[in-house]
Amino acid sequence: MSKKLAVAAAALATVAFAGAAQARDQIRIVGSSTVYPFTTAVAEQFGKTGKFKTPVVESTGTGGGFKLFCAGIGPDHPDLTNASRAIKKSEVETCGKNGVADIVEMKVGYDGIVLAASKKAKHMDVTRAQLFLALAKEVPQGGKLVPNPYTAWNQIDPKLPAQKIEVLGPPPTSGTRDAFIELVMEVAAESFPELKDLKKTDEKAFKKAYASIREDGGYVEAGENDNLIVQKLDANPNAFGIFGYSFLDQNADKLQGSMVDGVAPTFDAIAAGKYPVSRPLFVYAKKAHVGQIPGIKEYLAEYTSEKAWGKTGYLADKGLIPMPDAERKEWAARVNGLEALKMQ
Amino acid sequence: MTDNSPTAAAAHRPSLDAAAHVRRRYAAERRFKAIGLGAIFLALGFLAILLWTIVSNGLSAFMQTYIRVDVRFDAESVAGEDYQGAIKSALYARFPAVESRGERRELAALLSSGADTALRRMLTADPSLVGTTKPVWLVASDDVDMAIKGHISRQPGASGNRLTDRQLGWLGELEAAGTVEKRFNTILLSSGDSREPELAGLWGAVVGSVFSLVITLIVSFPLGVATAVYLEEFAPKNRWTALIEVNINNLAAVPSVVFGLLGLAIFLNFLGMPRSAPLVGGLVLALICLPTIIIAGRAALKAVPPSIREAALGLGASRLQVVNDHVLPLAMPGIMTGTILGMAHALGETAPLLMIGMVAFIVDIPASPLDPSAVLPVQVYLWADSPERAFVERTSAAIMALLLFLGAMNLAAILLRKKFERRW
Repeated sequence: MSKKLAVAAAALATVAFAGAAQARDQIRIVGSSTVYPFTTAVAEQFGKTGKFKTPVVESTGTGGGFKLFCAGIGPDHPDLTNASRAIKKSEVETCGKNGVADIVEMKVGYDGIVLAASKKAKHMDVTRAQLFLALAKEVPQGGKLVPNPYTAWNQIDPKLPAQKIEVLGPPPTSGTRDAFIELVMEVAAESFPELKDLKKTDEKAFKKAYASIREDGGYVEAGENDNLIVQKLDANPNAFGIFGYSFLDQNADKLQGSMVDGVAPTFDAIAAGKYPVSRPLFVYAKKAHVGQIPGIKEYLAEYTSEKAWGKTGYLADKGLIPMPDAERKEWAARVNGLEALKMQ
Repeated sequence: MTDNSPTAAAAHRPSLDAAAHVRRRYAAERRFKAIGLGAIFLALGFLAILLWTIVSNGLSAFMQTYIRVDVRFDAESVAGEDYQGAIKSALYARFPAVESRGERRELAALLSSGADTALRRMLTADPSLVGTTKPVWLVASDDVDMAIKGHISRQPGASGNRLTDRQLGWLGELEAAGTVEKRFNTILLSSGDSREPELAGLWGAVVGSVFSLVITLIVSFPLGVATAVYLEEFAPKNRWTALIEVNINNLAAVPSVVFGLLGLAIFLNFLGMPRSAPLVGGLVLALICLPTIIIAGRAALKAVPPSIREAALGLGASRLQVVNDHVLPLAMPGIMTGTILGMAHALGETAPLLMIGMVAFIVDIPASPLDPSAVLPVQVYLWADSPERAFVERTSAAIMALLLFLGAMNLAAILLRKKFERRW
């Protein structure tokens, strides 16, 4: 009964405030928490100019963002969405079904995923194949998959330190984990002949093999909060953590990044595309909302300006790895011309 | 069982045995008291640790580093609103030896990118400043702030320094000249959220929390009290009321994120209310509060002695008069305590607000319950997730603000109860 009453009260309230939802003069952005620090920084700068209201940026995760973004056209639906991966074909189809036809894709820059440890720890230099052996649930051995037998790094390679395998990383709900699996585990899996054969015969089993992270204590799911991992690494020099580059950048006095495939996770190495574990970040915009919601075009122009996403722009200060000059120019032209996305 | 009769027991047990028995019982009582006391001290200890960590982490956030620079308000930059330019020229004038572009960039980075708002405010207050040169205290950048507070290293040459050796040198020079000062951080208490820690404030979230809680109170208090009164005083005791009672008790245990989903489905999708608005947040929180208020309200109504009802009825009052004039006023302190407890619970919720879009970066301070807004726990959550080091202390400061808010609400509950409580 109380619920019914509440609904009735809510209905009354809506009648009282009818029309409030109709007119919207503020850009609304949803999506990935990885892109959130950059999109919010641009939103703040954009709001400071005083011509438009500061956009509202929600942190919903990439998948959740696309769900909201693709739900329809009109002031009730967000105008832009952040994504830490490119839009999927299925998502474009959902969008199309709901009338969201023309989507403008904007590549923002890159984000490195780092393996880091306390400065008190020994410096580490691993290959992706070694990381696979350390973290996969099942590893290839003698022609078949066996439950991961490794408990110390030097069991994988005598050159690695003689310390327990203990890696703190994001849970499966995180986009960072998805990217880590795609960029490290999947690539490494193909370097093992057993798994390569498996890929040819049974694609699903192959996917399961590289996407399953060990659950016997070698990999600790440390939650979505990267600051927590930073604190834990500081307290425990034997542990390694997996998180976004900006957290390493901000805590460079406490942490050191491990080299992956011989490349250290530095700003320059990621920007030059030498560091293997980096992913592009995207923002998607609805073309149909341009002209309906004030400021979208101007917001995109601010995002693509050199003072924002350039080599020395304020987004680089926030930890974004900018694209090379030519690529930036190309994307800026594409975005400011509101060129709609075409799926192959 | 003849053994149980008193005479048989006395005959059965010698008096020595009885004394030992009494001693044992006293010992058991002492043990129980000690355990109880131990539990209280343990709880207090944990509370002390919690408060100590939060306060020791967050206290420094209430101070912010400012740097004094002699700014020239030349007509040109004022006309072009290029206050950043005026600040930069002032800095370059302070360190004339700095000439290369890269070095100048580093020098300018000592001050916050939002330092120009101070100049804008000064000029709006006093337009006659144009053309003069005035010493102005400007907000330092978050890295400088962290270095001055000792949260990051100031050792030149140390690896992983956020500030370059040159910046540390300039900072030392400015400090030696007495132009670096820590002042009370008014920005933290008066502005909205920002991506720059030194410009980020809690006020937007505080206003959002107040709006949400007022809506929650307006909706849930009358509904909850009416429900409690009806169920306790008027409703027939049958299967239906029993079913409703069980459901209300169950609702109190439903995870709050479920209420968020309900809010998304009904308020946003069906009724088309605006996303991220404290109005919707307040309504969702009201749903979470309702079971608590109803349960506490019924308990308070039950505690009113039946003799009062009977006396009023005996004097010819109607049932509505009995409830309105006698039972409800006597039960009010208990109902209010329950309401405040429910509201305090609602104040700390973030999970249901995620669903209705209140976990968001919102810079503008909301002017009405229809404007997008965050609330205090959401601000804590968003800051805790930010990579910038200066947000660590600000997160703790936000938690302190949340605790203060909570303390104020509980104090209000105690005062109200003291004022209206009646004993019999």
